[in-house]
Order: sequence, then C-alpha cells, then structure tokens
Amino acid sequence: MRWAFWLAATVPTWAAVDFARDIQPIFEKHCLSCHDELKSLGGLRLDNAFGLRKVVTPGQPESSRLYLVTQMAPTSRGAMPPGGPQISQTESGALKQWIAEGAVWPGGVFIGRKQPARPADDLALTERIHRKVVAAGTAKFERYKSVIPGSDVSFEMVPIPPGEFQLGTPTGERGRREDEGPQRRIRVEAFWMQAMEVTWDEYRLFMFAQKAEEKDGTVDAVSRPTRPYVEMSFGMGINGYPAISMTQHAANKYAQWLSSRTGHFYRLPTEAEWEYACRAGSADAYSFGANAAALGEYGWFADNANGKYQLTGKKKPNAFGLFDMHGNVTEWVLDGYDAAAYSKPDIWQRAAKPYPHVVRGGSWNDDAAACRCGARAASDPSWKMQDPQLPKSIWYHTDAQWVGFRLVRPVKVPPAAEMHAYWNSGVEKDF
Amino acid sequence: MSEILLPGGATGRRELLKAGALGFPAVLLNAQSARALKVGLVGCGGRGTGAAAQALKADDLSELHAVADIDMDRIESSLGQLRRVQAAKVKVEDSRKFTGLDAYKQVIESGVDVVLLATPPGFRPYHLRAAIEAGKHVFCEKPIAVDAPGVRSVLETARMAKEKNLSLVAGFCWRYSAHVKATFERVLGGEVGDVMAHYATFYTSPVKPMPPADTRPAGMSDVEWQIRNWYNFVWLSGDGLVEQAVHSVDKIAWTMRDQPPVSCVATGGRQNPQPGGNIYDHFQVNYLYPNGVRAFLGCRQIEGCYNENSDYIMGTKGQAIIGRGPNPRIEGANAWTFTGQKNDMYQAEHDALFASIRKGQPVNDGVWMATSSMLAIMGRMAAYTGQQITWDQALNSQEKVFPEGIRWSDSLAVPPTPIPGVTKFV
Repeated sequence: MRWAFWLAATVPTWAAVDFARDIQPIFEKHCLSCHDELKSLGGLRLDNAFGLRKVVTPGQPESSRLYLVTQMAPTSRGAMPPGGPQISQTESGALKQWIAEGAVWPGGVFIGRKQPARPADDLALTERIHRKVVAAGTAKFERYKSVIPGSDVSFEMVPIPPGEFQLGTPTGERGRREDEGPQRRIRVEAFWMQAMEVTWDEYRLFMFAQKAEEKDGTVDAVSRPTRPYVEMSFGMGINGYPAISMTQHAANKYAQWLSSRTGHFYRLPTEAEWEYACRAGSADAYSFGANAAALGEYGWFADNANGKYQLTGKKKPNAFGLFDMHGNVTEWVLDGYDAAAYSKPDIWQRAAKPYPHVVRGGSWNDDAAACRCGARAASDPSWKMQDPQLPKSIWYHTDAQWVGFRLVRPVKVPPAAEMHAYWNSGVEKDF
Repeated sequence: MSEILLPGGATGRRELLKAGALGFPAVLLNAQSARALKVGLVGCGGRGTGAAAQALKADDLSELHAVADIDMDRIESSLGQLRRVQAAKVKVEDSRKFTGLDAYKQVIESGVDVVLLATPPGFRPYHLRAAIEAGKHVFCEKPIAVDAPGVRSVLETARMAKEKNLSLVAGFCWRYSAHVKATFERVLGGEVGDVMAHYATFYTSPVKPMPPADTRPAGMSDVEWQIRNWYNFVWLSGDGLVEQAVHSVDKIAWTMRDQPPVSCVATGGRQNPQPGGNIYDHFQVNYLYPNGVRAFLGCRQIEGCYNENSDYIMGTKGQAIIGRGPNPRIEGANAWTFTGQKNDMYQAEHDALFASIRKGQPVNDGVWMATSSMLAIMGRMAAYTGQQITWDQALNSQEKVFPEGIRWSDSLAVPPTPIPGVTKFV
C-alpha cells in the first residue's frame, strides 16, 4: 500500500542541512533494509514522512527516538542499526541538526524505491549476519545436530571431507544426456551437508514468521515468504516430509535466515558440491553402483513412491551418510543452468536471471534415469503457471510439487560479499 | 435457475492454430475476425494485471487499450509489468489511463471490445452491467457479487449478454483446469455412483489482514481507507467464504450440476483481532440438497493451524478426491488417477473467451457463476444470523451489503461484526 499525500510540514526553511544531500542517504544506508515498505519491522517505515512522525519530535533531537538510538553503545539493547557499528559522527550530527531544524521531509517524497520489484536483501544486512557468524567461531569437523533456536525442530549435518572427483557422467552410461559432459576433474573443499532434505517442520518456521523473533532485528530483516494462498503440502504430509514448491530464491532466503538464527553460515550447494556429495566416491550412475534395479533401496522415485513424496530418511544413506540424494524431491543447487557448463572455467555458474536454474537428484515423479548422480534438470516458468497474479510470486513454484532442497555449511567462512552473492543469485525477481 | 451451463469446449488457441490451413490460424481466415480486439482492464492489482497478460496472450491481435484503477501509480506499475511480457500489445495512451471510482465507465466508453473486471467484488454487479449494456465482451473475476441484490442484478445482466450475443467468461478458474475438469467429467458421468455428499476444505493463512489503525494517514476518508484494505470489509469482499472459499463452493455447485440446494445451516466467527474490519475468519457450512444429498464446507484463515484445500466427493460406488496429493483420483469401484497434462487454467479462461469472440459463438458463464456466488453468500447469511436459510430466502434477500452511490471522500461507518442469534436475516 502506497500513500501519496502531502504532510503538513511543507513550510519553506533555510536549513543548512539539505534533505536529499545529507539526510536521505543516511536513511537509505542504515534504516531501509528493515524499515521500508515491504518489511516495516515493528510497524515502522522510514521511507516517507508519515512513518517518521512515530520516532521524531521536530525541533527536539534529544527527545526523538530516531536520534537517541544512534547514540547508544553498539551492544546495548535497542541501539540502531542493530548489532553493527553506529552511524558516523558526521551522519549523526547531520541527523541531529536536521531534527533541530524541524525535520522537514519534502512533501510526498518516498525514498529508497528505485527498484520497483522486490530488491535483494542489502549487503548491510549480510554484513551484520557475517559478523554474527564470525563471532560464533568455528566448530569441530564432525557430525552434529542443530536445534533451530526458538523451536524444538532440529536437523543433522554430516561432514563431507575435501577431495577431488570427476564431475559429470562418463560417455556410455545408460541414460546419459549431452549436458552431463564433458567430465572434468574438480577439487571440492570441506563442508557439512544436511543429512536429509529440508522438511516442512524446518521450512515452516521460516515461512510463517514467529512473533518472538521480532526482538532480533538481524533475523527478522531477512526477506520472508508471503503467505501462500493455498495449502502448500497439497495433502502429501507435513511432519517429517520434505518441504516443496519453493523457488530457488526462497531456498536462498531460508539459508540466510537459518544462518542468522544459528550463527552458522548455510547456503545451497554448488552443482559440483552436490554431485560430489551424491557420488560419495562412486563413479557409477548411482552412489550404490551401476544397477538401477537397486534404486528402490536407496530412494523414492516413480516406481515406488506411490505418486507423492515420502518421509525423509527412510531409505539407505550413501557412503557419506546422506539420505534421499536419489529421488524423493529434486534439489535446488546454486547454479544457473547452462548445458555447456562443464566446458567453462567457472565451477559455480552464477546466474543473473531467474530461469533456468539447476535441480539435482530426481524426485518421486521421475524415472530411475533422472535420479542418477550426474543427471541435471532445469527450472522453467511453467513451474508457477498456477499463480494467477502478475508479477508472479517470487516465493512459490506451486506447480513444481517435486522440488525441494538441502543446505551445506562450508568449513571456511567466506567474506561478507561472497556470502551475499550466494544468497542473492539472480532469482529475486520472476523474469 | 434450471439452466445448466458447463464450460465445455474451452478450446485453447493452440488447437485452433493447428486447425488452420498452411499453419495460418483458422480464425484469421475469416476476414470479419481479422481485426484487433481492444481490451480494457478495470482493476490493476496483481490479479487484474495477470488477467491482462493472459488476454494479451490469448489472441494474436488482442491489445491493451485502456485501464482503470484508484491510483495512477498502480496503473503505471501494472503497465510496467505487462510491457515486460507483452511490450508490443500494450497500447495505453496517457489519455486512456483512468482513475477513481467512475474510471470503469471511461474504460468502457474508450472504444474497447473486451473488458476485464478485476476490482474487489462488491463493485462487480455495477461494472458488469455497464459493460454488457455497452455491448462489451467480459472476463469477470470471481465472486460476482457480495449480496443477493447483486446476484439478481448479475442474473439479469447475464440474460442481457445472451440477447446481445456477448461472451461472459467467469474467473472460477477450476472450471478451466484440465485435471479438475477430467475429475468432474468422471464424477458427473457416474464413476463414483450416485453422489451422496461433497466435503470441501479451504483452510489457509490469512489474506491481506487489516493493518494497525495508526497506519491510516490523516485525512484519508473512510471509503478510501476501506477500499485500500478491501478484503477486511463485507461490503467489498463479501467475507472470506465469499471471496476465497468460493472456489470450493463452486466445486460443490459443480458436483451438484449447478442446481440450487434446499437450505443450509452454518457456523462461523472471528477469533483473531481485526482493527477496524468486520469479516469472520472461519466458517463451517452444511448444505442440504434434494434427496438428502449433503455438502459440507469448512474454511478458515488463521495462522498456525492445520491447512488443507481439498474436495472429497462421496458416492455410492466410491469417492473422488481432489487436492490430496498432486493428482486427483477416484477410489472405489472405478479407481482412477489423473495422469494427463495439467494446463494453465488462467490462460485457458482467456483462450476460451477470445476463441468464442473470434468464432462468433459466445460463451456465457453467467448463470452458474451467479449460482456459485449465491451459494457462498447463502452460507454467510446462515453463519451471520445463526439461522437455517433456504435457497429461496437467500436468493430473495433484500439485504444490500454494498452501499449505493458511494464517493471517494465519503464517511462510511463499518457495521459491527455479525453475531449469530442477534444479527437478523434481511
């Protein structure tokens, strides 16, 4: 909802502080990642004059919350921006003077709305999360179980040792497609991977905001899905079942949200990492060998899944201890789809547009060949043809009731800018 | 209400194209047809913009000609979206961007052939009447009214459309969905035996909840504030049962061959606070049909609850189930699971509309779309009053939920949220 109206305070002033030059950038840099039209944390918007009235007493900076919170010690409760270094002396000086001069906001002006579509979460937010991750320190490289704070929901992480492997499918493998080659030798660094696909138990914590989290501005500032109009499990089951029908953007934001909640850096795996983890040392079509006849022991696919997804972790794991890498739900990876990806120098094919992105592992809806370690598939706009709106939702692939994901946690924590790139990979819009 | 109109023959454009000689669309071989079809959009929200995109895709020579909304910035953002998918077909000059509550009239008078109605539903009967009176073909979003006088008006308008050979396509999208249609063909063909009951669920998250009262800008009129938060007001949305769960009500109507029920009993109420709004957040309706056949509908829009959106159609030989698993199925003597190709049902609505215009064979969804909307309104009446309501009572209700002659700047008191046993049937 956008309000285009004039506030009373349009009296001309001769202030030394210029709104557009001195004040607007402060709001855009420090405030709008939480207090814009879409997020308005705590019911506060700072992108227009109307919202400002809640936190500013014109003429009195010392009784204006907007100014006071910038003067608090970095770690104290309520200091803004949350958790991070405070705004500069110059900035807070300008703010103080501006409020003292009457806090004049030009009539009808909205700031920070240069991008009409949903912008990516900004780098400032990622930097806050990055500091949290760095502060949390390192962990022993072993299997662990993590309880999502504020809930009794947990997930397990399995260590995947570093190593080299052949990415891609050897020519001659039954079911091989052209885009699975040429094979290339790849080195993969150490990471943990979720033992199982992300379940609804986990994903729904993210999908439906919890009131308690509003205390933590860093967590709640991460973009969250809009409320779905329909029931998203489509009657296939919730507790213990894999979450489905989210866009790759939604999976990225889940990773960012989980990182913020836990202080551990999570992201989607790259395509290479996914295949390395799936193979678990195997050079055959499947992690357990070349014989598709054994697939039923390891995964849910069209022949045994009874037309729907199944509980995670009910089949045999691979040698790394990962369940359901073959089948059940096909899994998002970070990469944009490029049929010639394996002939290109980059290991991670970073996407710049929402379609197509790679999914891996096949699903309950696929035949055995599509569940092979090397099989690649790509997302398509038809995955959300049931969405009646334009623009279409950036959160749901209502028609892709077979797509889910699992996350990895790299042992080495990357710089904030790199984290930001992982969590915002070209799918923040629909086309 | 004896007329049954099922949306058969919703032939997609692709099939028409195949039928043409030398790959040239058959429809264009008819010189009479080979002209632009100018489209006017009334209501530029997400749904209206989506409908416009589908209209522009449905026909080679359709073009967007005029638009209406309450805000110019919504018009601009809608046109921006449309240009990204159909740049060449968006031909809306500044002089044909209309704002305000009367903007629909200006769109209708702007020289359009087809009008897309996608405002909040309270306005629909008026918009639909004006479009049909002016001789326009119409895509009409669901529901088509929020009260019985509105439904009666639409029934009259549907008759006018028929006389004028105009197409009137309803936004009850499941009627145009390949897998749901396939299921109903079997149900109506007797595959579950004689239907004894239909149980429908529409348990979801809240839709467009009311913002805090202190976010209302100073000086904004009651009418503007309420329209901007339209879902939360009975006069605009008709309440959740009528605006959202009406999709499930429509499937009940489909099961019952669009024949009216005898009566219904319902419960409902409001559990969560709604600063300033007056709708319920849950309903349970029990419809009685002739021969003791029943239909049950549960709907709820409350956070943190069990969600489900399904249909169970129970007959003497089995049960059809839609929405439990990705594909509909029939259990029992004639077991079946849908294995065909699903379609884009929203696109199918517009393919049917434009194909009918080109062929000169009007589609008229008017009677059944009015019946389905009335069926939901009837359930709401029974829940609000706490009384058993017959179909005749409901259809002849004199209650005008939608205030006549409102203006943008008007004050408008919000009636209290209804209380069963106290609220009277009118």
